[in-house]
Amino acid sequence: MLATISSATVLGVEGRPVTVEVHVSSGLPAFTIVGLPDTACREARDRVRAALLSTGLPWPTRRITVNLAPSGVRKVGSGLDLAIAVALLVAQEEVEPAAAAGVGFLGELGLDGALRAVPAMVSLVEALDGAVAVVPAAAAAEARLVAGHEVRPVTHLREVASALMGEEGWPTPPTPPPAPPPPPEPDLADVRGQPVARLALEVAAAGHHHLLMVGPPGSGKTMLARRLPGLLPPLCREHALEATRIHSAAGLPLRADTLLWRPPLRAPHHGASPVSIIGGGTAVMRPGEVSLAHRGVLFLDEMGEFAPQVLDTLRQPLEEGEVRVTRAKATATYPARFLLAGAMNPCPCGEGSVPGACSCSDAARARYRRRLSGPLLDRFDLRVEVLRPEVDDLLRGEPGESSTRVAERVAAARERARHRGVWANAELGAAALDECAPLSDGAALVVEQALRSGRLSARGLQRVRRVALTLADLWGCDGALGSDQVSLALSLRADPVGLSRG
Amino acid sequence: MSRQRLDLGAAGEAAAARWYTDHGYEVVATNWRCRQGELDLVVRKGRVLVFCEVKTRSSDAFGVPAEAVTREKRERIRRLAAAYLEDAPFRAREVRFDVASVLDGQIEVIEAAF
Repeated sequence: MLATISSATVLGVEGRPVTVEVHVSSGLPAFTIVGLPDTACREARDRVRAALLSTGLPWPTRRITVNLAPSGVRKVGSGLDLAIAVALLVAQEEVEPAAAAGVGFLGELGLDGALRAVPAMVSLVEALDGAVAVVPAAAAAEARLVAGHEVRPVTHLREVASALMGEEGWPTPPTPPPAPPPPPEPDLADVRGQPVARLALEVAAAGHHHLLMVGPPGSGKTMLARRLPGLLPPLCREHALEATRIHSAAGLPLRADTLLWRPPLRAPHHGASPVSIIGGGTAVMRPGEVSLAHRGVLFLDEMGEFAPQVLDTLRQPLEEGEVRVTRAKATATYPARFLLAGAMNPCPCGEGSVPGACSCSDAARARYRRRLSGPLLDRFDLRVEVLRPEVDDLLRGEPGESSTRVAERVAAARERARHRGVWANAELGAAALDECAPLSDGAALVVEQALRSGRLSARGLQRVRRVALTLADLWGCDGALGSDQVSLALSLRADPVGLSRG
Repeated sequence: MSRQRLDLGAAGEAAAARWYTDHGYEVVATNWRCRQGELDLVVRKGRVLVFCEVKTRSSDAFGVPAEAVTREKRERIRRLAAAYLEDAPFRAREVRFDVASVLDGQIEVIEAAF
C-alpha cells in the first residue's frame, strides 16, 4: 500500500517541493524515514504517531517506510508532519487517494493532533505542487500572501481527516480583524538644520548610494539614518515578495494581511557576530541581518565599534547583492541587496572633528580608523561629516522639509533611472555610465584637477559620476553632467577626518 | 518467571506450531537450545527452512506482541540460526525468519519479518 502526498521544505529562503511517499508493508512493526531528513524532521515519527493515536485514527502496526523525495534535498524542520500523517491515512485506505490529489499539506503536529505554524510559510506555499494548500490556521494569513493557491486553514488533524474522508467540509475559520495600521515612520521634518546631511540622505535614497556619516556624539547621525527608509519609494510587488519571503524564513512577525511594502530598516548592535550579520548557523540555517535588510536599509551605528572581520563580511553582499553561506551540511544563497548607512565618531573620544577638543592619542585614533578597511570605505559613495546643529537652528529654526516632499523627488529620480534600465543609478555599469552621463567640458576640468591632485582614484571617478548623475536626476537636468553636479558629488565623497589615511 | 507466564508462552508456541503444520510445514525442532540461547520453533517446507520467534501476550496494553522483537533479539536469533545450521542434518537452500504474534489466542504470522 503506497501513498504519495505533496508538501514542501525550505533551503535558505527558497522553497522546494517535496513528495512524501509512504509504504506500509507486512513485517515487524517499524517506522523509518529516509530521504535526508534533519533531526527535527526525523522526530516526525514520534509526533505523527502520537497525533494519529490521540485523534483516534488508526496506526498501522506494520513496517512503515516514509520516503521524502527528491532524496538529494535536505529536509528541514517539522513542516512535513501533516503530510506524513495524511500519507499514512491514505496508505491505510482510510482516505481515498483522489481526495488528497492536488492538495499540498504543511504544518507541524502536536502530540494531541493540534496543528502548529512553521517558519518560512511564504516560501513553502510558493513551492507547493497543487492548487490547494492545507496550512495551520495560525499561518494562514502568511500563506495567503502567495497568489495562486487556495488556502485551507485548519487547527487540528481531526479536521483534516474528516474533510478528506468526506465526513465534513473544510472548516471556515472566522476572518481575523484587520491589522492596525503600521506606526508612522519618523519624519525628516523633525531634523533641524543639517543641510549637508539632509542632501546626502536624499541622494542616498535616490541613487541607492551607500552613505557614511562621521560626527561627534549627539550630532543626530542616528536620527538622520532612521529617517532614510521613509525616503525610499515603496517596494514593487516582486521586491516586496522577496523581502516578505526572507522575513518569513527568519520567523519574524509579519503584518497579517499584506506583504512587506515598505523598505525594512535593520540596525544590528555593534556586538553582532559575523553569522548574525551574513546568516548561517549550525543546526538551522537562518538569514542574517544583511538579508533581512534586503531592499531596505542596513544601518550600522557606531561602525568603528564593530569587529573588523564583521565589517569585511559585508563586502561580498555589497558587491553581489546576495550572500552564499556554506556549511558542512548545506549551502544557502540569501538575497542581500541593501542600502548601507554607517555612522561613526571621528575618533574614540568622539570630539575629533572639533579642533583641539580631541583627547585621543594619535595611536588610538589610527587604530580606530583602521577598523574600516580601505575596500569597505571605498564602497561608500557618500561620506559626509555631520556636526552638532547650531543653537539657533535648534531653538528657533523652522521645521525642515518633510519626508513626503523629499520622497517625491526621490521617486522621480528613481523613475529616470528606470528609463535607463536599472533599478537605481548605483547599479549602472561603466559602459552605461559613459553613454548616459558624459562629462561636460567644465565637469571634465573639475575631474582632471581632482585626479591630478590625488584626491580621486580611477575607481572613485566612476562612483563620483554616478552620484553626480543622481544629483542631475534630482534636479531634473538632462544631458552632460555639469561642473556643479560633479563638484558637489566630489564634496559628498569627502574624507572629512582622514579616515582613509588610517 | 511465574508458572502462569511459562504456560502462556508454551501455549503460544503450540499454537504457532499448529499454524505451520496447517499450512503445509513440517516442524523440525521446538525449543532448540544451545549455550547462546533458545530458538522457539524451526519448521521447513521443501528446502526452505524457517526460524520462528513466537511472541505471546494476553493483551495489547503494552503494544502488539511483534513490537517486542527488538534489534538485539533479532541479532541473537540470527546467531542462533547460524549455530543451528552448523549442526543441521540437511542443507537448506533458503532460510527465512518469521515472527508469530499470538494475542489472546489469535495468531498472526509475519513471514520474512527480518
